[in-house]
Amino acid sequence: MSREEAVAVLEEREERIAILSDSDVVRARQVGRSLAASIGFSQTDQALIATAISELARNIVLYARTGEVRVDALKANGRTGMLVVARDEGPGIQDVEQALEPGFSTSGGLGLGLPGVRRLMDEMKVESKRGRGTIVTARKWLR
Amino acid sequence: MEVPILKQGPYLIASVQSALNDADLRFLRDNLVERVGKMRARGVIVDVTALDVMDSYASRTLRDIAHMTRLRGAETVIVGIQPEVAFAMVQLGLMLEGVATALDLEEGLEFLKRKAHAAAKEARERVP
Repeated sequence: MSREEAVAVLEEREERIAILSDSDVVRARQVGRSLAASIGFSQTDQALIATAISELARNIVLYARTGEVRVDALKANGRTGMLVVARDEGPGIQDVEQALEPGFSTSGGLGLGLPGVRRLMDEMKVESKRGRGTIVTARKWLR
Repeated sequence: MEVPILKQGPYLIASVQSALNDADLRFLRDNLVERVGKMRARGVIVDVTALDVMDSYASRTLRDIAHMTRLRGAETVIVGIQPEVAFAMVQLGLMLEGVATALDLEEGLEFLKRKAHAAAKEARERVP
């Protein structure tokens, strides 16, 4: 755990969106977008965050069927940011390293665009256990 | 949320009014591909001005619409992609390859008219 992570404080503005079907993908990104707006992110950053949430929620629908997206406001070292956590109890990612390689995507642009999500956000961490599920944690900071 | 499809001359215009889920997108695709035949349309405009997010599924479905309608004899042009949406799409590597785009509805109609003129000219020149 980096020093920064240790001091990152959640602002208790948490929203949890259960992902049960593709309609929840839309809901998750709308909830995320309005939180991003209230934190003070620019229109462009709001679009980047909403798109990242959409891809993460879509991965849940595609690969695990159900799961949850959690968003919250963050404060760390005088910086303000946003936290996005996508969690599922699906089959897990076989090879996380490979899934993070630029250009890696299963089924031609359909989901699992993890390198893309990393480009949309500032930080991203993927934890996955085969047969147990996946947790993707991403952060974006106000500039 | 169903997307209204209007007919204007030989063109179909689908104006996306709000966020679309996957089922809405598939419905739009199937509906457009069918109506190209039913209404004998030469061109299709999909106006996405109202979309604030274009993720991989939406992008792929728009590409499918463009390719499927082309196979049915109609050109599709996507109009109204917002600047921040374009930025997010590029970050994700969603380039809509092989799909025509235009700034807005007006430019989209202009594009389709130019296409039709070019096709007509080519057909005339082929006649000896």
